[in-house]
Amino acid sequence: MKVEQISVFLENKSGRLADVAGILAKAGINIRALSLADTTDFGILRLIVNNTETAKKILKENGFTVGKTEVIAVEVSDKPGGLAQILDAIQKNKINVEYMYAFVQKNGGNAIIIFRFDELEKAIEILTKAGINILKGEEVYAL
Amino acid sequence: MIWNQEFETLPREALEALQTKRLHALIERVYDAVPYYHKKMDDAGVKPYHIKTIGDLKKLPFTTKEDLRLNYPFGLFAVPFEQVVRIHASSGTTGKPTVVGYTKKDIDTWAELMARTLSAGGAHKGDVVHNAYGYGLFTGGLGAHYGAEKLGAAVIPISGGNTKRQIMIMQDFGSTVLMCTPSYALNIAEVMEEMNIEPSSLKLRVGLFGAEPWSETMRHEIEKKLKIKAIDIYGLSEVIGPGVASECLEKQHGLHVNEDHFIPEIINPETGEPLKPGETGELVFTTLTKEAFPVIRYRTKDISRLSPEQCTCGRTFYRMQRITGRTDDMLIIRGVNVFPSQIEHVLMSIEGVEPHYQIIVEREGSLDVMEVQVEVSEEIFSDEIKVLEKLTKRIEREIKDLLGVSCKVKLVEPKTIQRSEGKAKRVIDNRKL
Repeated sequence: MKVEQISVFLENKSGRLADVAGILAKAGINIRALSLADTTDFGILRLIVNNTETAKKILKENGFTVGKTEVIAVEVSDKPGGLAQILDAIQKNKINVEYMYAFVQKNGGNAIIIFRFDELEKAIEILTKAGINILKGEEVYAL
Repeated sequence: MIWNQEFETLPREALEALQTKRLHALIERVYDAVPYYHKKMDDAGVKPYHIKTIGDLKKLPFTTKEDLRLNYPFGLFAVPFEQVVRIHASSGTTGKPTVVGYTKKDIDTWAELMARTLSAGGAHKGDVVHNAYGYGLFTGGLGAHYGAEKLGAAVIPISGGNTKRQIMIMQDFGSTVLMCTPSYALNIAEVMEEMNIEPSSLKLRVGLFGAEPWSETMRHEIEKKLKIKAIDIYGLSEVIGPGVASECLEKQHGLHVNEDHFIPEIINPETGEPLKPGETGELVFTTLTKEAFPVIRYRTKDISRLSPEQCTCGRTFYRMQRITGRTDDMLIIRGVNVFPSQIEHVLMSIEGVEPHYQIIVEREGSLDVMEVQVEVSEEIFSDEIKVLEKLTKRIEREIKDLLGVSCKVKLVEPKTIQRSEGKAKRVIDNRKL
């Protein structure tokens, strides 16, 4: 049910994002989803890739600070109310969303939302009960 | 182990009698042999016969780096040049280098002092001393080298640089004692980690580190990362080089000053007034036995204090507390005195924070702005911004609490702060004062 996400520390200076993209490209790593959170001084790049371990290793070798976190990927139909339904279930159980990002699948028309919760196991249980489809790691890496 | 039982454990009275005898001879000799000192003493109204006891020392004028520069290169040498067998010099980053000379006997004295230093750190005959202090005009390399040879150890004169090769040599030659600057020791530890070499697989047992101020927390870091005992040693080329003072294995108590060769004083750096034992101020040294390049009341600019209490190791020499900073390293930020070692202390007391940091000072309008750059290690990194922001706020708050000065902490990517193979450059002061 869980998806592995890697996060990379980036200083806010030109070319660092391009460096990461270049390193991953050279290693043949395909990015499935990403988000960049930024502050004045630094940014955190969060990535879901087709080969987490290799990506992590290769970025570390190139001097980046890399972390690994477990997130979940939820599938919702790409229409009004899709996200509201999920958040409603989450909020009722007092779980916090640390951050999230979404992307829409090329075909099929469903949206996929990546969530980082403060209580991961509980969130999985609640969403499953509410009949919401949580994607397996392998499904996301292979999208 | 105590290298020179006779002198290092001299009862205080006998030591002071020896110092007095040597001081008197020194002043006579220097007055006759060095016109510059002769004139300085005359100008101050002091004659050699005024100096009867070590208490009379304070009648003598100070010697500063400026005096050394004015006499560049050999003007303060006190022996005919034919007797000089070695010349060393400081890097001269702030002007002309300061040049110092040694006679054959000075070199022997120096080796003796470094043998004491190594012994105090637990090194002995049969050890393999990995000497990564720089060889050349800098006194660190050759000073340590001669001392280790005198001790009867096998010296690897590797000097600084090419860290991967250093580590390979440590593995292959079975180095047991490491000598280098503390910041280079951390650099070595880091490269070892990158090379996936477990430090406990090496034979290293102890490290003798000096040539730059470092903190207690940095000591713990080195000890943890290299799995060795880290000992602080002290010296400066103007006095003789390394070997002026060193910690013993009871290391918490300060560095024993080799008082049979050097008289230490602590003065108020602003007024020049001598301070009492236990008070913190600028260290001043008078060399008692040096032939080629004696110095009288040389102002080191290093901040320390002296403790007269006897050490459990049996040595009777006074101990100086580890150098907490330099009067010329001291930053004055909005009127407050700040030493890089204080910032280092705060950073390293926070779990996971890397010892690599840099202080950048700017002036914005009429206000000093201090930024502390800290490298982000995997231990402190988080995928959540709030966690990293909490960390920077915490460091900012702790620095403010300790120093009373606010600063901005900026997290930077690993390895972006320049690594040093000698003395670390901690401060970039961009103020145009």
